[in-house]
Amino acid sequence: MVSLPWYLFVGAVLFAISVIGIFLNRKNLIVLLMAIELMLLAVNTNFIAFSHFLGDLNGQVFVFFILTVAAAESAIGLAILVALFRNMNTINVDELDTLKG
Amino acid sequence: MDPQAILFAIFSACTLAAAARVITSRNPVHAVLYLVLSFFSAACLWMLLQAEFLAIALVLVYVGAVMVLFLFVVMMLDIHIDRSRAGFWQHLPLAAVVAVAIALQLWLVLSNGHWQFLTPPAADPSRIGNTKALGVLTFTEYVLPLQLAGTILLVAIIAAIALTLRRRADALHQVPGDQVRIRRADRVTLVKMASSPPAPPPVPAPAAAPATPPAAPKA
Repeated sequence: MVSLPWYLFVGAVLFAISVIGIFLNRKNLIVLLMAIELMLLAVNTNFIAFSHFLGDLNGQVFVFFILTVAAAESAIGLAILVALFRNMNTINVDELDTLKG
Repeated sequence: MDPQAILFAIFSACTLAAAARVITSRNPVHAVLYLVLSFFSAACLWMLLQAEFLAIALVLVYVGAVMVLFLFVVMMLDIHIDRSRAGFWQHLPLAAVVAVAIALQLWLVLSNGHWQFLTPPAADPSRIGNTKALGVLTFTEYVLPLQLAGTILLVAIIAAIALTLRRRADALHQVPGDQVRIRRADRVTLVKMASSPPAPPPVPAPAAAPATPPAAPKA
């Protein structure tokens, strides 16, 4: 029987890996989006682990809604990426400085 | 050893290794494929937690739809990998410190509560399946959030289409107003034409013959 802390450990390490990914791939927008997806996966894993060990299905409903919002987010993010690439011909974050921020 | 523990070890190792490859692989296509592996192993982990519906939904919706979208975009865009790889490992020490801090905090806070020794409630023999229980909960208690989620998806569809739709200058398209406004005279011109081919010029005939068309010599 695998206890709850093991699942939480996996979730925490997955989250940490995606944080490292955001630091390392700060120039590549696509991999940034993928790291965000991994973060959401880690959070969902924690939700489901707690839901299972507490015998409470509400956590799983929450995961359901997180999945919905994450799918919408990645669809819009990729659409923005495509529009950006059409206009600027690059998705390198360093070159996206039109706003002079 | 508990077979469930062995499965847990395999699936979690797969998830974490694939996630590590996602953020370090040089080729974005490989990154997407490793992301697929990571999501699939995570779905197996969820299956171990008896969340069958969400595990299947993760495979269908994420691996089936969102990852294909990612793959499509990655293959469609012409990405210069070398430029974005410059100074890749430069921020690793800072990233490692931040990540280890986050992971330690998460794990210490979350796993040292009273739930550390929790065991899942014993399965009720009359318990309905996970999918059905989730469906009952979703369509009774969470009806309004469900509608909201549907609205969010609709907004996402419209936004994605509106962002990527473009009018090309050389594309052919119809103008319905002009089509309705057209008159018959703009399109059709009647030309008077003889109904039969023109008669050949009459051959010089003997003077006795009357000037009848050659087509009707008997008259």
